[in-house]
Amino acid sequence: MTAASSTSPDAARLVTPTMLVLWLALATVPLWIAQAGLYPYLGVEILIWSIYALAFNLVLGTAGLPSFGHGAYFGVGAYAFGLCQFNLSPNLWVSLAAATIAALVAGILVALFISHRRGIYYAFMTIAFAQIFWTIAIKAYDLTGGEDGLLRIERPPADFGIISFDLRGNVALFYFVLAVFVLAVVGLWRLVHSPYGRVLAAIRQSEMRASHLGYPVWLYKASVFAISAALCGLAGALFAMAQHSAFPDVMNLTQSGYVVMMVLVGGGLVNFWGPVIGVAVFLLTRDVIGAFTNSWMLWFGLLFVLVVLFRPEGIAGLVKSSFERHSLRGQGLSALRLIFRSG
Amino acid sequence: MALIEAEGVHVRFRDRVVLEQIDLSVPEGELHGIMGPNGAGKTTFFNVITGRVKPTRGRIRLDGEDIFGLSTHAIANKGVARSFQIMTLFDDFTARENVMVALPAFRARGFEVRRAVAGDAGLAEEADAVLASVGLGEKVAATARQLPYGDRRALEIAVALAQRPRVLCLDEPTSGLGGDGAKRLVELIGRLRGKLTIVVIEHDMEFLFSLADRISVIHWGQVVARGTPRELQQNEWVKRSNLGRFA
Repeated sequence: MTAASSTSPDAARLVTPTMLVLWLALATVPLWIAQAGLYPYLGVEILIWSIYALAFNLVLGTAGLPSFGHGAYFGVGAYAFGLCQFNLSPNLWVSLAAATIAALVAGILVALFISHRRGIYYAFMTIAFAQIFWTIAIKAYDLTGGEDGLLRIERPPADFGIISFDLRGNVALFYFVLAVFVLAVVGLWRLVHSPYGRVLAAIRQSEMRASHLGYPVWLYKASVFAISAALCGLAGALFAMAQHSAFPDVMNLTQSGYVVMMVLVGGGLVNFWGPVIGVAVFLLTRDVIGAFTNSWMLWFGLLFVLVVLFRPEGIAGLVKSSFERHSLRGQGLSALRLIFRSG
Repeated sequence: MALIEAEGVHVRFRDRVVLEQIDLSVPEGELHGIMGPNGAGKTTFFNVITGRVKPTRGRIRLDGEDIFGLSTHAIANKGVARSFQIMTLFDDFTARENVMVALPAFRARGFEVRRAVAGDAGLAEEADAVLASVGLGEKVAATARQLPYGDRRALEIAVALAQRPRVLCLDEPTSGLGGDGAKRLVELIGRLRGKLTIVVIEHDMEFLFSLADRISVIHWGQVVARGTPRELQQNEWVKRSNLGRFA
């Protein structure tokens, strides 16, 4: 969610060539993932975490707000989905809406407290509130199931009235999550290139200047935090569906830290697609290196340290500058060129 | 009637008095200079006018309306724009984007998410016209970070002008500029003279004495002398201080 992105040729488009290439490539995943030695559920995970990371990057990359407790809203969405399914309605759309609204409300409540703060104070308050949500998840046993969490969450069918899709299989769920991912990408792409998104980018660069231009900075900070929380909640609901459960671990600080690492390693600070790249690298590292050693996190941690030290713009920034340096534009590799050009 | 008026402004940070008593009245269309030694409280006074600092006591009026205690963005929306002594631009944005976000038309659409900025030719044209007026017409696509220092100073003024202000507060606009850069900025501000109400803090005395309609000298947090450049030449305090050599 880069500053330069508003001047890219694709900024005015609702759907860009990059998106089409990516969606088509993702749509083929179930066809070859097993032959590649991986498993279809990994595709579901990558998509859910990509929605989560893109939503988180709205706060970190676009608005420059250091939130380190976004796992809380992912978790609120997961729990709300399960609780709605158990107590209100088993309907998929109702449960997804409940999860999104619950995370939105949680996001608004927190945003009202933290949006007048900046820098380290802002960061610490996001952590403190995340700990509160996590503690509630652990302690409110009657509501949340305590450390066991909510189990036996169903994957309800996607009912469109005249047609209904069974989502119990991982391939069907993959395509359903892909559809949500498509909508999330289109919405976020438009948002970051809209006047609202440009004001957020301005706030990232100088809150003081933005307020002297007449923008109520705290209201922008609060609103983007709430929007991001709501979308994280939606991702959490999909996660609860995928996992058939919601548990406190998804809300803990480690989980919140993972999404920060994914975004930074992928290059979310300089490229719209950075979070997606980071998620893919993170989960593939977990599964591929994890097949050889339990200490896969050591290797990803090392990658994170190297990125922060030498390439703070992440993998997306590295590839982009590499393209520029070697003048590869217009010399083939068009899919990659598309992705990194339009960041 | 004064367009911008300060009455008995007093600012205290804990046990330190920064502004003792400032009274200032600037009629519409006047270019009012503020000068004084470092630490006199000039920038703090600007911070009070623009809402960054809440005065301990006193009144600030804009066109007769009390704006005391209003937030920074509310005061900006009422038509008070400012530049900063230490330049504060959106460095990742192009010159055009810097100006565009300052336009009232953009601000009115600040919460809009349905349309992309890139598709709005009207905003770009309006921003380019402002940039052309400060001599940056050829550099609209350069990022603020890439611009040379003098151009960045001009861009700061362009951003303030884009707000369509009623009162323009310029904090040391020639600071850090060499001879040519300063000359260019003097010409620019000279062109604005009479069209806008301008309050300018400046250490460059030649600049102030050649352009200002009236000048207030602030020292120890209070106005110690005020008048037209000619009147200040006769002022005993100014004569005794090293400011007198410019007058």
